[in-house]
Amino acid sequence: MSTLQTLIDATALGSIYALMAVGIGLVFGVLRLVNFAYGQLIMAGAYTLALTNGYNPALSILLCFAVVLGLTMTMEVVAFRPLRGTSPATMLAATFAISFLLQSIALLKFGALGKSVGTLTGLNRPIGHGSLIVRWIWIVAIVVAVAALAGLLLLLNRTSLGLQMRAAAADFRTASLLGVRANRVISLAVLLSGVLAATVSVILTVEQPYVTSDYALQDTIIVLVGVVVGGIDSLGSATLGGFALGFATSFLAAKLPVFGLGDPKYLYSAVFALVVIVLLLRPGGLFARRGQRAVERV
Amino acid sequence: MTALLEVQELEVRYGAVPAVRELSLEVGEGEIVGLIGPNGAGKSTTLNAIMGLVGAQRGDIRFAGRSVRGWKPEAVSRAGIALVPEGRRIYAHFTVEENLRLGLVGRGDRDGADRDLAWIHELFPIVDEFRNRHAGALSGGQQQQLAIARGLAAGPRLLMLDEPSLGLAPQLVDVVFDALAKIRERGVSVLLVEQRAQRTVAFADRTYVLSNGEITLTLGPQDAGDTERMIAAYLGA
Repeated sequence: MSTLQTLIDATALGSIYALMAVGIGLVFGVLRLVNFAYGQLIMAGAYTLALTNGYNPALSILLCFAVVLGLTMTMEVVAFRPLRGTSPATMLAATFAISFLLQSIALLKFGALGKSVGTLTGLNRPIGHGSLIVRWIWIVAIVVAVAALAGLLLLLNRTSLGLQMRAAAADFRTASLLGVRANRVISLAVLLSGVLAATVSVILTVEQPYVTSDYALQDTIIVLVGVVVGGIDSLGSATLGGFALGFATSFLAAKLPVFGLGDPKYLYSAVFALVVIVLLLRPGGLFARRGQRAVERV
Repeated sequence: MTALLEVQELEVRYGAVPAVRELSLEVGEGEIVGLIGPNGAGKSTTLNAIMGLVGAQRGDIRFAGRSVRGWKPEAVSRAGIALVPEGRRIYAHFTVEENLRLGLVGRGDRDGADRDLAWIHELFPIVDEFRNRHAGALSGGQQQQLAIARGLAAGPRLLMLDEPSLGLAPQLVDVVFDALAKIRERGVSVLLVEQRAQRTVAFADRTYVLSNGEITLTLGPQDAGDTERMIAAYLGA
C-alpha cells in the first residue's frame, strides 16, 4: 500500500476519533467528568441502526438519535446529577459501572453474534476510480468533525448559553446564585455530547457495520487516551489529541508487522509507548498551551 | 415603610448544631441594614439561607410579600435578590466583561439591562476600563468592585453583601461604602454583613448584632459611639 494511501486512511480514522473526542471533551469540560460509558452510547446507537435495517434510512437514523439521546439523559439524571460535586474518581468509577452494565445488557439481549448495519452503505463507496481510495464517508467524517468542533467552540465562547455552561462548570454554586439554571445548562451540554455520540454511531457503522456488545469500546479507550494526550483542559486540544491518536493508530497499523488477521500486538505496544513518552515530556497535554498545569489525570 | 425582606424566626442547623436560631429581621424598601457579630455567629449562614444556598429547618423568609423559603438560589436571584458572596467568587479565568454578563443572565429586560450597565460603569469605572482583562488579574479591591457590579447587573431590589471590605486597604473600603450609599440612592435596598462593626453601625439605618446564632441587639446610627454596648453585645452579655 502506498504511503499516501496510508496517510489518507489515517486521516479518515483520525477524523472519526476527533468527533468522539469532541463529545468526551465537552462532557469533561462542563462536568469535570471522564465519561467512560461514551462508547456504549455509540454501541446503543449502532444496535438501533442494525435492528432497524430495512427501514427508511432517515427513520432509522432518527430512531438511532432518539435511543442515544434517551440513554444519555437517563445517565445524566440517574448517575451524573446525583454524583455532581463528588470526587472525579467516584464519577469515573460510576461511568465504568455504567459502561459494563450496558455491555452486559447488550450481550444478554442480542447475544454474542453480531448484527450488521446497512443504513448508509452507499457512503462507503470510493470516490472516482483512481488507484487511491478515498471513501465518501471519510469526507463526511472530516466535515462533520470540523463543523462540530467549530460549532461548539462558537457556542461556548460567543454565546450567553456557552458562558453559563462554563460558569456552571467552573463554580456551580456561584453560577446558581447569579441566576444561572446550572443543572439545566449542564444537562444541555450532556445532551449535546449525546447528539455527537449518535452522529458517531451513524458514521462509524458505515465503515464498521458489524455491531457487537463491545462495539466502539476499544475506540473509546483510545480516544480517551488521545484526549488526555492532547490536553483535556480545552476542547480544541482534546479534539486534536483524539485526531492524533486515531491517525497514529491507523498509520502504525499499516507499517507494523501483523500476526494473523487483525492481531494488534505490535500496534498497541507502539501506540501506548508513544503515549507514555508524550505524557512524560508534556504532562499538560501535547497541544495544551505551554505552562498550563496538568489536571486530574485518568 | 413596607418591609421588602422579612425573615421570621429562622432556624438553620448543620447536623445537630444550630447555626442560627429564632432569627427575625427586616429590610425595608430603600433601607441599608447592617448585620454584625463575631466570627461564627451565623452571619453568612443567614445570608446563604435567604439566598437558598442552605436549607432552613424552621421559620419563614418573605421577599416582596412572597415566601421564598425552599426556593433554589437561581429562583431567588431571579425574584430580585443578589448576593455578593464572601470571598467575592468571581470567575478568575473569565474576562471582566464575561463576569459582568453572567450577572445579566436572570433578567429578560434588554432596555433595563442597558440602563443598569451604564450606571454600573459610572459607579465602578474599572469594570469598563478593564473589560477585556482576565478577572483574576485584577487587584483585590478591583475584584470586589467587579463582584458588586456583577450583583447589580441582575437589577436586584435587594443587594446582600458578605463582608465586602474584608482584606481591603482603607481607601478601598471607602470606595465600597461610597458605592453602597449610591446604590441605595438608586432605590436598591442593602443588607450588609460586616466585621467593621463601628463603621457599619454608623453607616446603616439599622444594624442587628448577631451572637451565637441569635440577634442580641438592634442598633441605630446614634449608637455608633457607644462602644461598651457593642462590646457587650458581641460577647453575648
